[in-house]
Amino acid sequence: MKKNKHYLLPDISRPGKVGCQLPELDVPAAELPPREKLRQELTLPEVSEAELVRHFTSLSRRNYGVDTGFYPLGSCTMKYNPKWHEDIARFPGFQDIHPYQPADIVPGALQLMFELQELLAEITGLDATSLTPMAGAQGELAGLLMVRAYHRSRGEDRRRKILVPDSAHGTNPATAAMCGFEVKTIPSNGDGNLDLKSLVSLMNEESAALTLTMPTTLGLFDPRIAEISAIVHERGGLLIGDGANLNSLLGKVKFGDLGFDCVQLNLHKTFSTPHGGGGPGSGPVCVKAGLADFLPSLLVAKDKKRYQFTSPPRTIGRLGAACGNFGVMVKAYTYIHSLGAEGLKEVSENAVLNANYIKEKLKPYYHLPYDRTCMHEVVFSGKKQKARGVATLDIAKRLLDYGFHPPTVYFPQVVEEAIMIEPTETESKETLDAFIEAMIEIAREAEQNPELLHHAPHNTPVRRLDEANAARKPNLRWKMK
Amino acid sequence: MPSPYIPNTDQDCATMLRDIGAGSIDELFQDIPAPFRDVPFHLPLPLTELELREKLNRRSRQNASLDNYACFLGAGYYRHFVPGVIGHITGRSEFYTAYTPYQAEASQGILQAIYEYQSLVCQLAGMEISNAGMYDGSSAAAEAALMAGRITGRKNVAVLSSVNPRYREVIGTYGRGQDLTIHELPPDFKGMPNESACLVVQQPNFFGYFEEVKRCAEIAHGAGALLVVIFDPISLGLFPPPGSYGADIAVAEGQPLGNPLNFGGPGLGIFTCRQEHLRQMPGRVVGRTTDAKGQTGFVLTMATREQHIRRERATSNICTNEALVALAATVYLAAMGKSGLRRAAELCYHKAHYTAEAISKLKGYSLAFKQPFFKEFVIRCPQSPEKINRILLKEKIIGGLDVSHLVDNGMLLCVTEMNSRQEIDRLVSALRAL
Repeated sequence: MKKNKHYLLPDISRPGKVGCQLPELDVPAAELPPREKLRQELTLPEVSEAELVRHFTSLSRRNYGVDTGFYPLGSCTMKYNPKWHEDIARFPGFQDIHPYQPADIVPGALQLMFELQELLAEITGLDATSLTPMAGAQGELAGLLMVRAYHRSRGEDRRRKILVPDSAHGTNPATAAMCGFEVKTIPSNGDGNLDLKSLVSLMNEESAALTLTMPTTLGLFDPRIAEISAIVHERGGLLIGDGANLNSLLGKVKFGDLGFDCVQLNLHKTFSTPHGGGGPGSGPVCVKAGLADFLPSLLVAKDKKRYQFTSPPRTIGRLGAACGNFGVMVKAYTYIHSLGAEGLKEVSENAVLNANYIKEKLKPYYHLPYDRTCMHEVVFSGKKQKARGVATLDIAKRLLDYGFHPPTVYFPQVVEEAIMIEPTETESKETLDAFIEAMIEIAREAEQNPELLHHAPHNTPVRRLDEANAARKPNLRWKMK
Repeated sequence: MPSPYIPNTDQDCATMLRDIGAGSIDELFQDIPAPFRDVPFHLPLPLTELELREKLNRRSRQNASLDNYACFLGAGYYRHFVPGVIGHITGRSEFYTAYTPYQAEASQGILQAIYEYQSLVCQLAGMEISNAGMYDGSSAAAEAALMAGRITGRKNVAVLSSVNPRYREVIGTYGRGQDLTIHELPPDFKGMPNESACLVVQQPNFFGYFEEVKRCAEIAHGAGALLVVIFDPISLGLFPPPGSYGADIAVAEGQPLGNPLNFGGPGLGIFTCRQEHLRQMPGRVVGRTTDAKGQTGFVLTMATREQHIRRERATSNICTNEALVALAATVYLAAMGKSGLRRAAELCYHKAHYTAEAISKLKGYSLAFKQPFFKEFVIRCPQSPEKINRILLKEKIIGGLDVSHLVDNGMLLCVTEMNSRQEIDRLVSALRAL
């Protein structure tokens, strides 16, 4: 990454420059409304195209992506994104179509969506899919709104509590609150599994559902999943899955078989559509037949070879003004077709193999709170280093000096000084070895030269940033006069 | 055949398994009860890049792509000019293969781009602050209603009936979770329902016409409610921004700012508001700060509003948003600059008025409303718009949205700078020939 003098757009703006030309008016001008009804003042930067390109190219050089190097950000599945999938999503027949064109002139798009619904239902072992949620958290919102509608339809509106494990993503409790539920937290036990005693005591006639990430955010598969599912269902609840960790089960295990009633997926994680610097994502939601009538609209249905949008009879409603992030769906569809069943299985097997390899190699150097086989990611604790005054944050920042993107840190919150490493299947053993070597070297530095870590990173375009000051005195924009 | 996306060789796997101390890959999956493991998956056989390019190219060609048609469809998703430079910048993989910038020192590029996005959008809307973006315009409108509920502690939301019906539906979906009651008001409403959190208006409205927004602001504020405005970002090249007439929260669909239609997604939910409401604002936000050496840098900030810190007390559950689309909007606004955006808005205005006038002179056609409009307007047709659209298709014209359920034989037409005079004249003669 490049160190260079830093400019903002207003710094390079000069009156009279333009970055783009538009044609002259080719029709007679109409009368404009009186001046007081028009905009008096609009101040935007004025830059030439070449300066614009240099500005943003310079910014891109201050950014780290999967194409730059290893990006083991736990829970985010930062796998390589095949380049040609981007080309396919840009075919004019996919990119230049309007969401309200009549169905009979977009049959290719509708067929693709219909087939993707079916493919995702098969992959999750569930019965129906809505592709409309635009990211994982919106898929969660769809799931819990369906839970609410489902219980209400059965006259069980008193079920207003959602059980959430303490290791869950923050989106799970936040979504429950958005849907008007009260959140009850279930602790994990010493093995990192769900504490069944707490589940039994909290799962009652006021509880609507358990939201569960499987494997859990500790990167562990709970072997008592069938028991968990039975407890929830016997007591009239629903089992709602967060599909964030599907990369470890792909092509091997189906959520439906495990007892899940509803799961939201993240196409940008598992199905290799790029993360875009923080979106666009896509968060389809798959459900068992009993919830299908409540799915968010729209769905694509097939009627005698003709595809069209439909709305389920008791839908929770629309989540967006169109039909979801179609551009992302095209890439996920391409991904599934390029791998097939065997290829998907190779994905999860290699993702799990890579994570366990890192776990074994780093175990002697970092505290491993749950010493058992992990799935696609491994969660260490930096508490050994913390005892010597080196925080997990220092370790993460030092990794930047070695040219790696750090793992997810301080999540899940149930692990002290958590370091959550998800290598994914697209990384080579050589890359994993280089990362392992760097982590071991950093463990050594933590003992011998902790100061070095406290001031890391040393080689990035900027040094450690003052986050406290950013929050205390928010400066959220520039102003141009 | 080995996969191009899985670099581990058989030899690598054997070495790694040996180092792990496992006899086989299967052993790594032992925590999963056997009956659930390695079940059959009925999926299509894998195809190579060469085969899939061909198959999907054929599939994409079944769609009527707008580069082969004259298109007069809008209604919230718009075909505006996308300067080529945008794709080259969003196509830089340091941007598009990164994720949410949790590690600021390795993410200064996207962080600064979002900071510039927030700045540009505030300049455009005349608002004080902006977040990093939301999913789309409709979900941004829904989050605005929830935010107004939190600020005022009230449960009623008033929405003008001239707001895009799909936006009204999305506000309803989100509102249900918080037990908000949605009240629909006619555009000539006199007062607000009791205890209203906000009034939601669209400017120009769903039919393309300008509302009396100042009056809306007075009535809403008089009743202690916030004014939520849904705006068209291109219109702001020529018409007053929501900040100038009293908007407390202003949202928009950002797709028209340099993004193709993509069948409606990904879009971009622009979300701006007053500084005083910062702590109730949903979504990510980037702030400017300094590093240990005093150099300027950027970080995600005000995270105590967000789900990963606040959990069930967060202002929203939103996490991944639409950063790459926001980057495109940033490049677009910088490329157009003040003269370019004004030009785009003027071209839309004059071409739309030229079209409206020509059609209203045709026998059997008339303009449904008399108010001033920007780039969209409703025509009353002599027969059902659906039938007319079918005939237009044969002429390679995609007509306007059929709004006959809202206006008798009404068709909502949209004209932008992308419609040449020749296309417009073709539409007018086709309608004349019906």
